[in-house]
Amino acid sequence: MKLTLRVWRQQNADADGAMSTYEVDGISPDMSFLEMLDTLNEELILKGEDPVAFDHDCREGICGACSLVINGDAHGPERTTTCQLHMRSFKDGDTIDIEPWRAAAFPVIKDLVVDRSAFDRIIQAGGYITAPTGSAPEAHATPVPKPDADFAFEHAECIGCGACVAACPNGSAMLFTSAKVNHLNVLPQGAPERESRVLDMVAQMDEEGFGGCTLTGECATACPKGIPLMSITGMNKEWLRATRKAAKR
Amino acid sequence: MARTMWDSSVGKKTVMAVSGLIMLLYLVAHMIGNLKIFFGAGEFNDYAHWLRTVGEPFMHYEWTLWLIRVVLVVAVVAHAVSAYQLSRRDIKARPSKYVHKKPRASYATRTMRWGGIILGLFIVWHILDLTTGTVHPGGFETGKPYQNILDTFSTWYGNVIYIVAMLALGLHIRHGFWSAAQTLGVGSRTRDRALKTVANVLALLLTAGFIAVPVGVMTGVVN
Repeated sequence: MKLTLRVWRQQNADADGAMSTYEVDGISPDMSFLEMLDTLNEELILKGEDPVAFDHDCREGICGACSLVINGDAHGPERTTTCQLHMRSFKDGDTIDIEPWRAAAFPVIKDLVVDRSAFDRIIQAGGYITAPTGSAPEAHATPVPKPDADFAFEHAECIGCGACVAACPNGSAMLFTSAKVNHLNVLPQGAPERESRVLDMVAQMDEEGFGGCTLTGECATACPKGIPLMSITGMNKEWLRATRKAAKR
Repeated sequence: MARTMWDSSVGKKTVMAVSGLIMLLYLVAHMIGNLKIFFGAGEFNDYAHWLRTVGEPFMHYEWTLWLIRVVLVVAVVAHAVSAYQLSRRDIKARPSKYVHKKPRASYATRTMRWGGIILGLFIVWHILDLTTGTVHPGGFETGKPYQNILDTFSTWYGNVIYIVAMLALGLHIRHGFWSAAQTLGVGSRTRDRALKTVANVLALLLTAGFIAVPVGVMTGVVN
């Protein structure tokens, strides 16, 4: 396959960026999108040019490191992560636009790499449980009803890649935050911080400069892990409950 | 609690949801009342007079009406201020656009902000036209709403403004009602279809019900 790539190049956080055009040849349909970019980078290095910087790690679709907005879609046309997107999703002769996640809370560091540490700070605000450390407890010591376990697991699937923020026209982190709130708030292990978790995480989310939710549904469409839009409804419910309870105290 | 509400983006959405539902409730009553225009000047003008006497003898003349007006003004202001502040935050959160643009979300969702501004301007015109009579075409007569409505819808611009605003209203309710349910946390996977249906039915009925009046005047059914 022969492709034309239009890639966002930006020297550093303060520099102005622009789209640069590259031609790549000899791309196999079995290559992953990142392998296609590796091919481009090898050519750039041979020519003595600066390779395109992009985030990646496990390349198995489980770590959440890879990003990229491909032809306007976060993680590209398939419902998966960029590392699991294969070149068979494109046609020979295609022009592909590759851009970084766009959000005020995710500043570009270089080329396609953005700083997603705002997500870490949201997690630090309440995305954990207080549990005594030591050996793993007996699994049946705390019974969890099956529907609750399933619900928690569905939301626990979030890998924190930030596709929801990238896809949202408001740069909102509601889906990411709600996934963690729903995951922990439904479980008995998460019960002690049920109220403070949602209040603190939402407050941190606002402080980081993420936008609000207008329920366009773009986040859930882009999510490679299929976190449902209703997750946001669940967090709103938890937030209102916690606000009422805090007022009574 | 009020502080937490107003300071949070989630709380401000709650303010929008509640104020929106209050306005929606009022619109249903308003639309049903409007339809009395099809039963002649007598019935319609009597109904308008009755609105001022609601709650008597407990309430004085026009007290109930003014109470409703105050609630509505509070709702409109709360809705608009929240929308303005949230929109500012949203726009700031996405400063640079994507080079590769794609059409996003449904038409109703994309037009919420502009639709809201159109509705806000419409409300101002509507009150100046048919409540105070300031910009009313022809002679405005207090206590004769039937004749006043005929004046308004006998002008081309009266019809255009009204019909455009009602179409914007339909779109606004279509996304707004369902969104309010999500914001208040009452949506769920099992209820989603029902909520979307209610939103669509409400949007359609209100738009059709309101537009029936200018269409009635234009076609001569109301004269």
